[in-house]
Amino acid sequence: MNLYDILGPVMVGPSSSHTAGAVRIGLITRRLLGKAPAKADIALAGSFAATGRGHGTDRALAAGLLGMQPDDTRIPDSLQLAREQGMEIQFRKIQLKDAHPNTALLHVETEDGRELELQASSLGGGRIMVNKLDGIDVNFTGESPTLIVHNLDQPGHVAEVTSMLSHKSVNIATMQLYRNKRGGYAVMVLETDQPIPEDSVAWLAHLEGVIKVTYLNTVQEDEHGV
Amino acid sequence: MAFESMEEWLRSSADKNISTAEAVIQEDMSDRGVSREETWTQMSRMWEAMRSSEQDYDRTLRSHSGLVGGAAGQMEDYLNTCHPLCGETMGKVIMRALRLGESNACMKRIVAAPTAGACGVLPAVLVTAAEQDGYSDDQMTEALFTAAGIGQIIAARAYIAGAMGGCQAEIGSASSMAAGALVFLRGGSPEQMADAAAIALKNLLGLVCDPVAGLVEVPCVKRNVIGAVNAMAAADMALAGIRSTIPADQVFDAMKEIGDQMNSSLRETAEGGLAATAAGRAVSERLRENL
Repeated sequence: MNLYDILGPVMVGPSSSHTAGAVRIGLITRRLLGKAPAKADIALAGSFAATGRGHGTDRALAAGLLGMQPDDTRIPDSLQLAREQGMEIQFRKIQLKDAHPNTALLHVETEDGRELELQASSLGGGRIMVNKLDGIDVNFTGESPTLIVHNLDQPGHVAEVTSMLSHKSVNIATMQLYRNKRGGYAVMVLETDQPIPEDSVAWLAHLEGVIKVTYLNTVQEDEHGV
Repeated sequence: MAFESMEEWLRSSADKNISTAEAVIQEDMSDRGVSREETWTQMSRMWEAMRSSEQDYDRTLRSHSGLVGGAAGQMEDYLNTCHPLCGETMGKVIMRALRLGESNACMKRIVAAPTAGACGVLPAVLVTAAEQDGYSDDQMTEALFTAAGIGQIIAARAYIAGAMGGCQAEIGSASSMAAGALVFLRGGSPEQMADAAAIALKNLLGLVCDPVAGLVEVPCVKRNVIGAVNAMAAADMALAGIRSTIPADQVFDAMKEIGDQMNSSLRETAEGGLAATAAGRAVSERLRENL
């Protein structure tokens, strides 16, 4: 573990997994959606469901959706702040097969109807992992810039994405490909060493056969939300 | 890579003729590819955050469950009006450990060190030492590098999560880190620093993680006190020249062996120990109805 996994993070208590990690799950959901959701349905599984209330997991997830970081002192008041902003949040319990004990499934929607479903786990020490995105298995932490492309499963889309990145001198750290069936719906998840220019991301979204492009930039750490 | 044994850490510092804190700084620079200034700034912010989290204590706050809050206020009143058995210094250590433990349970801002549940141990002893001996912020930052260096070795050889190895892994590790940091501040030798870390952890080996209702409240808040008080005692013993018969690395390995044998009911599942007592179960039932 690195030095600051031992000392740190600076966070609002009481639990790095049930509170700090939950804030990060809310925050990554907001970033992947691109803006604050108007509606959120949050299902808590395992230990999140059993001890979440006592650990402030509900308030932590709401705080993340509002754009707060794990050390934001407004986290305890996030449910009230969400109401004031007109953000509608519902919590329920759920049983998930083969999921990590600290897992949440979020379904969020913006005012103009853009939707996203995300399942993520809190791994301890405030670190998280996104396990599912819109029903498709994925595997990324949000600690590096991450590009997610949903496209039709047909030849050429991987080449379009990688040649764009090469052209912009962005190095790929990891790359994962998923599809629901041959010729069906495919998702690629790329974690990169450098941020990707926003206009290149927008260019990808207009290509034929590309259904949806989501980009998670980690350089937004100054985001303070609400 | 970070040091994986106390022996390697001490030998490397001696070979390069640098302090143990400096050795940790240099390892971090190469490990994460950061500049000296970056890691120094980051660590000095940790010290700043620890100090302000201690000062921001609010004695009127109660946790969501209602189980904890206000104890540090009671301790403060007691220190101001009575003559504590432990003396003034230790009285303050106790009060500060309670402050942090309660602040964490009440959703205030703290520094996980190494975990949120054990966040009171390091600030309790370090803020008190800085106040009593007048150390500079730079010295406190170096002390934190020393503490983190000890924690890294514990994490590499054993663990720092209650769910993995019980409370010994959280409060025990924090106490070991704090004891070493205190010896460093007092100008003790690297061997004395290692002995303090060893003695502190030895005293807490076998401690189980049995939180009532699964919350970081009972017994966690008061366990921060014992971790802090134990760190002070271990540091004083090491500074007196008392040696640990078992070297620090072997103590860390013993913690791993003990944690591996610990039943899962005693590793943060809230199924055994204090959580399973009649009073513990009653609290858990009451909360289930209210939540």
